[in-house]
Amino acid sequence: MTIRLGGIIAGLAITAVLVLWSLLPGAYNYAFGPAPEKQPSYAFYEHGHGPEGGFAFDGVFGKWDVAQLQRGYQVYKEVCKSCHSLKYVAFRDLQQLGYTEAEVQAEAASWTIPFKDPTTGETAEAPGKPTDYFPPVYYAGQGVPPDLSLITKARHDGPNYVYDLMLGYGEPDPAKAAKVGFEVPDGLYFNKHFPNVNIAMPAPLSDGQVTYADGAPNTTKDMAKDVAAFLTWTAEPKLVERRQTGWFVLGFLLFATSLAFLSYKQIWAGLKPKKK
Amino acid sequence: MSFAWAKQYEPQSAFTKWIDEKLPLPRLVYNAVGAGYPVPRNLNYMWNFGVLAGFFLVVQIVTGVVLAMHYAANGLVAFATVEHIMRDVNYGWMLRYAHANGASFFFIVIYMHIFRGFFYSSYKAPREMIWLLGVVIFLLMMATAFMGYVLPWGQMSFWGAQVITGLFGAIPLVGEPIQVWILGGYAPDNAALNRFFSLHFLLPFVIAGVVILHIWALHIPGSSNPTGVEVKQESDTVPFHPYYTAKDGFGLGVVLILFAAMVFFLPNALGHPDNYIEANPLSTPAHIVPEWYFWPFYAILRAFTGDLTIPFTGIVLVPAKLLGVIAMFGSILLWFILPWLDKSPVRSGHYRPLFRKFFWFGLIPTMAVLFYCGGAPAEEPYVVLSQVATAYYFLHFLVVLPIISQIEVPKPLPFSITEAVLGKDKTAEAPRAGSVDGGDTGTAPEGSLQPAE
Repeated sequence: MTIRLGGIIAGLAITAVLVLWSLLPGAYNYAFGPAPEKQPSYAFYEHGHGPEGGFAFDGVFGKWDVAQLQRGYQVYKEVCKSCHSLKYVAFRDLQQLGYTEAEVQAEAASWTIPFKDPTTGETAEAPGKPTDYFPPVYYAGQGVPPDLSLITKARHDGPNYVYDLMLGYGEPDPAKAAKVGFEVPDGLYFNKHFPNVNIAMPAPLSDGQVTYADGAPNTTKDMAKDVAAFLTWTAEPKLVERRQTGWFVLGFLLFATSLAFLSYKQIWAGLKPKKK
Repeated sequence: MSFAWAKQYEPQSAFTKWIDEKLPLPRLVYNAVGAGYPVPRNLNYMWNFGVLAGFFLVVQIVTGVVLAMHYAANGLVAFATVEHIMRDVNYGWMLRYAHANGASFFFIVIYMHIFRGFFYSSYKAPREMIWLLGVVIFLLMMATAFMGYVLPWGQMSFWGAQVITGLFGAIPLVGEPIQVWILGGYAPDNAALNRFFSLHFLLPFVIAGVVILHIWALHIPGSSNPTGVEVKQESDTVPFHPYYTAKDGFGLGVVLILFAAMVFFLPNALGHPDNYIEANPLSTPAHIVPEWYFWPFYAILRAFTGDLTIPFTGIVLVPAKLLGVIAMFGSILLWFILPWLDKSPVRSGHYRPLFRKFFWFGLIPTMAVLFYCGGAPAEEPYVVLSQVATAYYFLHFLVVLPIISQIEVPKPLPFSITEAVLGKDKTAEAPRAGSVDGGDTGTAPEGSLQPAE
């Protein structure tokens, strides 16, 4: 009885504190107070929808389009690399994109990798080996361009986010901008698919910028899709292997669970109420 | 510790006889989860979740121990070693995704297990100790899960650690020294990461120890059942093996299918993208949210937005943050006195019309609202919603339960589990006539209606 009485008193007390000091002032403010201020930039944000037709790796049966990954790597190498590193990917990993061992060796050797000479302590540079990771990037401008290895997992709906971001550049609608008093700050660029629409990165891609080794079409959209696919691979190189393993595991589990269900029914059969 | 009609372990071969003499471990297993443990015959699928929780504890320990072989708890390399596991360790991606989603599934089955306990009043006498140990396990799980989430050293790891240890900073006078002591510094860093790793490795084994006590305490009165009527006779029970090993096997299969679907096809669906960004003390994420299984309690924490003041004087008695911390911990700690708050002699919610209404139309929607608001940003209308839900949460356990257990008129209970299952129980018509359904145990002495030990 004491515990129940104490409980009732404690319960009423905590509810009273919550309702009188938090809920009522908050609800009053919500109903009659000033509306919370929203940054004018939010009026310009548009949610993107990714490439038409989606990616080759979309869906539970999706597979890598190896030629596309190679093109995406070329876009990274010729465009993104100047500001963005790829530090969790090693050159040896490129063999998964369909390059031969010799090609990977040649590719790695075309990069220079900084290292500290163990005998002198001086910083030196050497041609890359397949075991090396992609080198760090020293960016001269303001801010830190993010490493791209995991970018498609570090954003909601990452592959589509990267694709949309490449294509979201432009100018804000002047009438709308004048109305809410919105201006793109100095040194930033307008991108309607970037969460606060002011992005430090200038539009990286333009039609025909990269001439693909395989001669594939190279509009901005094509390159955006290719590089988004490549960055999906860098973030989750085991994506396709994972799903294939998953189908095998699910098949086994379905079979095993059916057997478990049948033995459950069999064992319990004798206990069911008998009809009289 | 079992009913008088429980089957006895009889070693067959010379070897098992020898083992049974020296160390009767097979006998212990036989009596704990084998044919020697009589269990009510009417358990529904809600009684599967205890075994499933034990299974996921083992999954977490096995995957976790292997992950620990490839992980380094150092702020400089922790994030990179996780990527090393994902990319270079054989099936490392599977281990890590199984461990991350295994934590989620552990919480899913535990929440089902706890809410089974709420609905069927599994916490009532004679099972209070099982319930109390269960709450201890849940608290240990929360601590373990929180520290595990810090280890990948992503943005949410870092800022989650900052926010959660900051809760201790709300304690008056000694709060800040305690927070600094817990973290080993003024902000999460190597010291915090290392001790969290150490404790994250230790606590699962503590949990395993309390689980053993939990099961031990369970075997004193035996399992509860959906009617809430205690076991009276042999026809009320079936041996755990093969009846419930078979049923649990099927339940395990179903849950493993869901688990595999998450691990192999949606491994990051329950995580936060920000945790794939390395921890950066100089950049605060837009919304700091804990893992989904903490959302209801996070909503209770954030529901207290106003300081407790003396009106019109501006004197602050209790700051809002401390109120929130008290309420959040209180919301779980009050489960410790639940067996003494709900005094209704009827256990099962099926026979408690009033209780059932408050359970389905009060507690369950409240938990859903708290869950949703805990994951939402701290803005209206989520704040007001979580305040209403928090108020009901406390009223439900502390006010509604004690009062309805006093005024409620329960529905008539079946005479026995046998009657509930078969619609008929011969012992009920001729009590103690020396014959029970099933026939061959008519000589069971009266004392056998209670557990033998």
